[in-house]
Amino acid sequence: MKTLKASVAAAAALALALSVAACGEGGDGDAGSKITIGIKYDQPGLGLKTPDGKYTGFDVDVATYIAKELGYEPGDIEWKEAKSADRETLLQRGDVDFIAASYSINDERAKKVDFAGPYLLAHQDVLIRADDTTITKPEDLSDKRLCSVTGSTSAQNVKAEIAPEAQLQEYGGYSECLTGLENRVIDALTTDDSILAGYAAQEQFKGKFKLGGFKLSNENYGIGVQKGSDLTEKINTALEKMVQDGSWESYVQKNFGPANYKNEPAPKIGVVVD
Amino acid sequence: MFDFLEGYDLLGAFWVTVQLTVYSAIGSLIWGTLLAAMRVSPVPLMRGFGTAYVNIVRNIPLTVIIVFTSLGLFQTLNVSLGADDFTTINFRLAVLGLIAYTAAFVCEALRSGINTVPVGQVEAARAIGLSFPQVLRLIVLPQAFRSVVGPLANVLIALTKNTTVAAAIGVAEAALLMREMIENEAQLILISAIFAVGFICLTLPTGLFLGWVAKKVAVKR
Amino acid sequence: MTNVLYDVPGPRAKRRNLLYTVVFLAALGVLIWWVVLSLADKGQLEWSKWAPFFTDSRTWSTYLLPALENTLLGAALAMVIALPLGALFGIARLSDHWWVLGAAGTVVEFFRAIPVLILMLFANAAYSQFTDISPSSRPLYAVVTGLVLYNASVLAEVVRAGILALPAGQTDAAKAIGMRKGQTMTYVLLPQSVTAMLPALVSQLVVIVKDTALGGAMLGFSELLASVRPMSANYGANTIAGFTVVAVIFVALNFALTTFAGWLEGRLRRGKKSTGAVVGVDAVEELATPGEHVGQAEETK
Repeated sequence: MKTLKASVAAAAALALALSVAACGEGGDGDAGSKITIGIKYDQPGLGLKTPDGKYTGFDVDVATYIAKELGYEPGDIEWKEAKSADRETLLQRGDVDFIAASYSINDERAKKVDFAGPYLLAHQDVLIRADDTTITKPEDLSDKRLCSVTGSTSAQNVKAEIAPEAQLQEYGGYSECLTGLENRVIDALTTDDSILAGYAAQEQFKGKFKLGGFKLSNENYGIGVQKGSDLTEKINTALEKMVQDGSWESYVQKNFGPANYKNEPAPKIGVVVD
Repeated sequence: MFDFLEGYDLLGAFWVTVQLTVYSAIGSLIWGTLLAAMRVSPVPLMRGFGTAYVNIVRNIPLTVIIVFTSLGLFQTLNVSLGADDFTTINFRLAVLGLIAYTAAFVCEALRSGINTVPVGQVEAARAIGLSFPQVLRLIVLPQAFRSVVGPLANVLIALTKNTTVAAAIGVAEAALLMREMIENEAQLILISAIFAVGFICLTLPTGLFLGWVAKKVAVKR
Repeated sequence: MTNVLYDVPGPRAKRRNLLYTVVFLAALGVLIWWVVLSLADKGQLEWSKWAPFFTDSRTWSTYLLPALENTLLGAALAMVIALPLGALFGIARLSDHWWVLGAAGTVVEFFRAIPVLILMLFANAAYSQFTDISPSSRPLYAVVTGLVLYNASVLAEVVRAGILALPAGQTDAAKAIGMRKGQTMTYVLLPQSVTAMLPALVSQLVVIVKDTALGGAMLGFSELLASVRPMSANYGANTIAGFTVVAVIFVALNFALTTFAGWLEGRLRRGKKSTGAVVGVDAVEELATPGEHVGQAEETK
């Protein structure tokens, strides 16, 4: 019996300790006036946490615009990191109101969450060293050393279709691939061209890397919302307005412009390109 | 419910996990023994190196060590360990990283085993004129090993689970397949559960078997 | 024990040792020289890659320090909860009642067999399903829960081994003077075994600190290791520099932890000089330095 009592006490202690910790974290009491948006923290050009604690990128701009249309000022937005593996769960649990995090629409995901948009048509592409002249068409990739993020769709595409013969290095993040590209151990980093453009446009990489310009796949970026949410319609309206008033174009120029990235025209709402 | 499993090579992925575990276990046993020998050796510099190695390596997260084998050893120092395709290179680098990390724990376990050997044994060995390597090899280590089978079993179980970190540099073991499946199927919890069961199948029998061995070989004093 | 293993070196042995030292030092020097040269050759020592850590305080205030705070908070909570829970399970595994024994044994073996990361994922899912913990602190709860479940079961084994390592005469003597089982445990066995268990306990605490890093990989717990990613995305993929800095912080953190434990152990030992001789196995105990002990040794990760 002693053990039982003690374990109850331990459980109580656990609950207590955790609630103390939670208090330190908290402060989000007035849920009504805030909106929580999931973005990437580590993708230059799309969603990036900068040293002064702010967030920049195309996804961030789009999300801010949508929030404004929904009635939230930039100050009312709470950003939350949405890692790729975590996105569906974040939405299903209601941790975030919507997600704008290089989130490609596909069938499996559409079973779990609803998508508004698409708001950008990206393609899988390669980033190569600026002085590399051996890669001019997708077929050139088959005897090269490619790199992408562990388990990502781009990595799986390479293995299955694009260049099954090529050697593929998988890392936890794009930065490791870029280090490899600089070190000449890796010939090409492959993922969505929007992400690559974001990297290539960075101050430190100016003139070092270039995009291949191959359209290896179609990635329709959508805004993820909870299944059955009434936000989908409102966000679609906001996205249409964003394209019409020219904000979309200016966001593309601002975030991808410096990298010589040729963007597709703004996609039509509800039209997913296969 | 499990129809999404089709098209994934679960067994193949776990087979890589087993291979990683076996190679790393053998390697870390050897390197760990050498480290332990260094830590008790008469050469002060070697003792210092052994101590520094263990204290630094043990305190770094394994992910950092594994990533460094690839970023540092392979990319920067061009150490490819005699292979020329990424699959083999990464596998060998991961084994190397796991050995470097696990050996620190093997060394510490062994050192506590060395402490269980009665001083009289060593004194007797020295009295009949055995040198330091001989004392270690013939008298101390055989007894030490028998008394640390239990702790070493723990290290082995932890190593099995630690192989999941190899996914960080793209070794196609269980955890990497798990990530691919999560990316494609959006079934986080179900997929995690499947892999948890897979790991229990690997570690539980190992633990039970080595626990039995530990009892059997223990030195009764 | 170390000084028992070899004779006091004579003139020849001294010369031989010196030779070994020189050879070893030379090999080490060549290795370091090669590493530095290669790093410089590949441009990894460029100042621009390292400058953010030394000249830009925002690197610390935006990425590293908040992450360090999370790491410390997660690790501290996990330690505080796992220690008593582990002691409880360890004692339960020594129980005379088969059902307590069986239940505790099953729990301990089960949680030891599963990777901590998967435990964390389950905890995260369970908390969101059955509780209304706010999403912002849920990763912390999940990380702490995963760490507690796993480490409490490992600590249980440490405690059990520590108690079993005590001479049987201790229990017999306690029985002889009419102590009950609970009294024997709290007044006789536990206090004596704590000193012997300390090194193993501490290395498990180090494991807890490092394992908080698992929460960053998939749960979105913004801890120290996870902070490398947004940082290297901002500073031109300075991955080698970023990981090095984080590794140094981890080493410093854990070094502080082990040093504190060493100091504590020294105090415990001095404080109980009279009983010190009983603890542990054989006379070897007297020769052992802190960190060289019998019983369940370290556990990785």
